[in-house]
Parts: sequence; C-alpha cells; structure tokens
Amino acid sequence: MPALEPIPFVRGTAVPYMGDDVDTDRIIPARYMKCVTFDDLGEFAFYDERKNEDGSDREHVLNDPRYAGATLLLAGANFGCGSSREHAPQSLYRFGYRGVIAESFAEIFFGNSITLGMPCFAMDRPPLEELAALVRENPALELELDVDRVEVRAGDRVFPAHLPDSARTSLLEGRWDPIAELLEHNAEVDAVADRLTYV
Amino acid sequence: MSERPKSLFEKVWEAHEVGKLSDGRSQLFIGTHLIHEVTSPQAFGMLRDLGLPVRFPQRTFATVDHIVPTDEGEEPYSDRLADAMIKELRKNCEENGIEFFDVHSGKQGIVHIIGPEQGITQPGTTIACGDSHTSTHGAFGAIAFGIGTSQVRDVLATQTIAMNKLKVRRINVDGELAEGVYAKDVILHIIRTLGVNGGIGYAYEYGGEVFDRFSQEERMTVCNMSIEGGARCGYVNPDETTFEYLKGRPYAPKDWEAAVERWRAVASDPGCHYDDVVHIRAEDIAPTVTWGINPGQAIFIDQDVPRPEDLPEKDRATAEEALAHMGLEPGEPIRGTKIDVAFLGSCTNSRLSDLQEAAKYLKGRKVAPGVHAICVPGSQITARIAEQQGIDQIFRDAGFEWRGAGCSMCLAMNPDKLQGRQLCASSSNRNFKGRQGSATGRTVLMSPLMVVAAAVTGEITDARELFEIGDEKVA
Ligand code: SF4
Repeated sequence: MPALEPIPFVRGTAVPYMGDDVDTDRIIPARYMKCVTFDDLGEFAFYDERKNEDGSDREHVLNDPRYAGATLLLAGANFGCGSSREHAPQSLYRFGYRGVIAESFAEIFFGNSITLGMPCFAMDRPPLEELAALVRENPALELELDVDRVEVRAGDRVFPAHLPDSARTSLLEGRWDPIAELLEHNAEVDAVADRLTYV
Repeated sequence: MSERPKSLFEKVWEAHEVGKLSDGRSQLFIGTHLIHEVTSPQAFGMLRDLGLPVRFPQRTFATVDHIVPTDEGEEPYSDRLADAMIKELRKNCEENGIEFFDVHSGKQGIVHIIGPEQGITQPGTTIACGDSHTSTHGAFGAIAFGIGTSQVRDVLATQTIAMNKLKVRRINVDGELAEGVYAKDVILHIIRTLGVNGGIGYAYEYGGEVFDRFSQEERMTVCNMSIEGGARCGYVNPDETTFEYLKGRPYAPKDWEAAVERWRAVASDPGCHYDDVVHIRAEDIAPTVTWGINPGQAIFIDQDVPRPEDLPEKDRATAEEALAHMGLEPGEPIRGTKIDVAFLGSCTNSRLSDLQEAAKYLKGRKVAPGVHAICVPGSQITARIAEQQGIDQIFRDAGFEWRGAGCSMCLAMNPDKLQGRQLCASSSNRNFKGRQGSATGRTVLMSPLMVVAAAVTGEITDARELFEIGDEKVA
C-alpha cells in the first residue's frame, strides 16, 4: 500500500458559492457519470451551474474571473446532499478544489471527500458569512485551513471551524484513505464473518 | 435476559463491528454488498491498481439499472458509453465470481427492488451499495446505507468499511391514514417536518401503528427516502409481515424456523434507548406534492405554494431559487399546474403493489392529450407478474408507454429524459434541478396514484376527488 502524505493544512484562494442544500446532482449531473474511471470528471464539475445549454458560459460566481484559480469552495448548509456518488468530490478535486468550507455537509459526501484527502470544514453561519464577505472584498485573499487546530486563517483573522476527530486524526496522520488499515485486520474480519449466520 | 435493552441498530452494529481504527472510527463488516454499473467500475479499477483480490465474492450481488435503456432489448445498445459500462460490469463479475442479475437473466432490475425480491435482503444484516437509496433495504430490519466508490473498493477488498456509529431517532406514526394517503405521503411529510438535513448523523427507526399495518412494500417506500431527510439509513423492526414476504424467496434461508427466531430477537427491545423520539399523527397527513427543488419543499395537495416571506428566514433563499426554477406563483394553489410528463417508476414506487394500485384507478381512463406518460416497472420479475395480471394492458390502453425495468427517468442516465422546461409528475424520490435529464426540467414528486391522476387530467390533481376516494365517495 503506498504511504499517504499527512495533510496538516490546505492553503489557497476561495470562491464564495454559498447556496444551501447543494446536491450532488448539481455538483456533477448524472449524464456525465458514464465513465469507468474518474479521470476525466474535472471539466464537468457544476456543469449546469456554469454552462448554458449550448455550452457557453453562464453568468455565475464560478465563472467570475476574480475567483479564477480558487482552490477552496465556500458553501452553505447541507452541502453535497442527495446521491452517494463519489463522482461529486472526485470532480471537485479534479477541477482543482482542495478543501471545502460550509455550514454543514451531507454525511456520505463528507466521508467521500476525506477519503480523497480533501478536508471539509464546517463553520457556524455568522463566521461563515463574515469569511465570505472578506473573500468577496478581496478575492485574492489567501485562506488556510488548519487541520490541527481546526480553524481557518484569513489574513489576521482566525475563524473557528468544526471537523470530527476521526477526520482530523486521519488527515494529520496520513491515513485519510483507510484501506491500508482495513487490510491489516484479516483475522478479526474472518472471525466476524464466521460468526454471522447469513451468506 | 439481564442485559440492558438495545435497539436493532445497536445489536446489528455490535454483531458486525470488527474493531476500532486508529482514527476512532469503527471497522464495520458488510454482510451483503450490492453493486451496479455506475459506481463500481472505478472501484474494480482501483482494486486492480492495488493488486488486490475480491475477498468474499459470494457476499456481493450485481445488477444493471441506472443506464440500461428501457425501450431497447438488444445489445449493443445505441448509447456506446452505456454499452461499455454494462460490459465492464459483466466482465468484473465474471472475473471475480460475483453473482450478476444480468439483462438476459429475467431477474434484472433496480438494485433496491431485486435485493428484496430475491430474498437477499434479510433482517439483522448490514447491507451496503454505492447508491444512497440503499436505505430501502432497512424495511426488513437491516442496517443498510449508501457508500462512495472508494468504499465499494474497501468492501470488495476487505468486506469492511470505516464508519462512525450513528445515533438513532425513533419516528412513531400512530393513528390511521385516510384513504388515498400512501407511504409516499408519509415519508414526504416526515421529511418536510424534520427537514432535508434533520437526519444527519442519525439512523431512523420507523414504527407505530401505521408501520405495523404497512405491507413490506410500503415500508420500503418510506425507508427508501430516509436519505432525502439526511438520514444515512432508516429501518423498520422485522415482524410477521417481513417473514411472510421473505418466505420461499430464492435466497431466503433454508433453516427457516431458526432464521425467524433469530430475526425476532434482533428487533429493538422494549424500553431501549433512543437518542431522539418523534411522534407524528397519521390523521395529519394528506396527499403530498413537492413545489421546489428538494424533497423537503413539499405541501399538501390542497395547500398553496408558499410565499418565501412566510417561511423561516433560513429557508427563504432556497425557496426563491426553487420558485424561479419551477416557475410557480407563490400564494397560488399547486393544483391545476399543467404537466408535460408523467413518470411512474423508480426504486421508491415501482413495485407490484404500486402498479396494481395505480392500475386499479387508471382502468378505463385515458392520458390527457399532450402528456407523455411512461410506466417503468422496477424489475423484470415485477414486469412479468404485472403482465400476467393484465396490468400492462391497462397502462397501454390508457396511453402510457410500458417499458423495460430500470431507473429510467428517475435520473435520466439513459434516453428517458425531460426536454427543456418540461414539468414531470413523478413517483421518484428526487426533485433536484437537472435530475431528470434537462438542466431546466422540473419535477414534482408524489405518490403513484397522484401521478396517474395528473396523467389523466394533464395537471396536478387531488387523486381523491378525481377517483372519488374516501369521504367524497361516502358523501
Ligand atoms: S431508481 Fe432512481 S433513486 Fe433508485 S437507484 Fe435508480 S437512480 Fe437511484
């Protein structure tokens, strides 16, 4: 198993996307899921948000040149709800995002993102709105998601965030993809399998 | 028993917990793994890259549903990408010795329909699938949830995943549902009451008089949409209804009596601890339809489309966005809204009882001019039984298209799609923007009977009035 890099922080500029209940169908429309690998998903992230039906760009914050090159996404409540498709975080990651800050996350999306090594910080609404306002004022502002301290730094401001302990530990210790550790416990897995009365 | 009373969730979790991982999560054994063509090929690819074999191939079952065309019987399918995905799954199953309910098996269908139909879905088990509506299987007293593709890889390689334990919310629905009110209305009402993110961190345990009386298929409809309320899984404690349903199915246990005894014991103990308890009165529920772009944006059929200013502040921005997308007038009734498409199908509502109930009222009527109506049975077996009962003919005579089994217009990964701004009366589970294949298309979720009523009148309609159900009939 290749060793993973610890992810103690991610840094970058952000785009204030902000909507609530953004579902994974919106992050990656189902028609772009006809693929047997995730490799080419980046260009379809938020496709219907960014594009008109004829393929031209729509007026949208994600197309705003001021936020071009942003590697962090700011969003509202319940981000990534709906389908379990890992295509969603995969497309965001391949589009270039390395971290998401939102009021809250849907569970499956959150787990999928951590497994990719893409930290997802939850933040209470008032500081989140404040942070978004700072970013709108100064799109070149560099943010840092500090995984160890679970806070977001923006210039001289520090915003407290939330990250479950298990996710924090796994990012810091380079075990955000759990497969290596899951493979270590063969004997215990067999013991459970033998105990079960089905299949 | 001197042991402390436990919920079904706790018992099943304990029986399947392999141990704790270094980040504090549990390593959970997945007893039954279901796969389909969209979220599994990448997982098999990862496995090949890592040089890992499938550890317990007998615990994985496969089918094709999401992209399968419903109006084309022969391969190669005209959609080359779809054709390639099916072939990829077939190859992966063959190479790894995985049971595959293939298109020519006569047993293919939506993964959440065929698990129960085959008797693979059983009480007291853990079930995972790369699909969020895996929560459907909870109707049998299983802990069943959707997983991402990396976790599909984990299950294939180790039969386990890393997961934090969930809290349990008991949802009691007591009293009696009025005539014309269905399981779909119950779950839309629950989601509307608790919110689309109210279930984050929870497993939902559904119970009370309404669930005691519900058929197994009705329980599936409710559990199916648990995820739309943010809950990773939802379940109903197994009882005689469950055992009766499973008896004699191909994968049902051979040591039947012993299995039933075990299943009885896995149900939640009286007096067990719940992290939260919610009570809902059946009498408060009326036929429900959505007006927005998430399943929680729902109203009773006789209510008006809400005005954003009347909603709690946190819901206003999404409501504005929803109204703009849907083109509905705030403060106006939703009844009478013209529809373009009627879709009866999906893992929520395409089982035999759904088709039977819809056909009972559709018989002798015609789809309104200008409405494109399709009925897509959830599985080949469902379709066959329905055809033996003449149900397909009722749909055809009315002007519905009768299709082959699959997900179809629920997510439009096959040719069944909305065009432009078409508005669809749909028995499926998601009304997200773009969900039915057109970025500007519009979806109104409702029960199968309400879909049929909308198809017949060409507009969103109270099925109880149209079909003289309940009080209307008595008066
Ligand atoms: S019918 Fe719809 S919700 Fe169900 S599995 Fe298929 S695509 Fe998913």
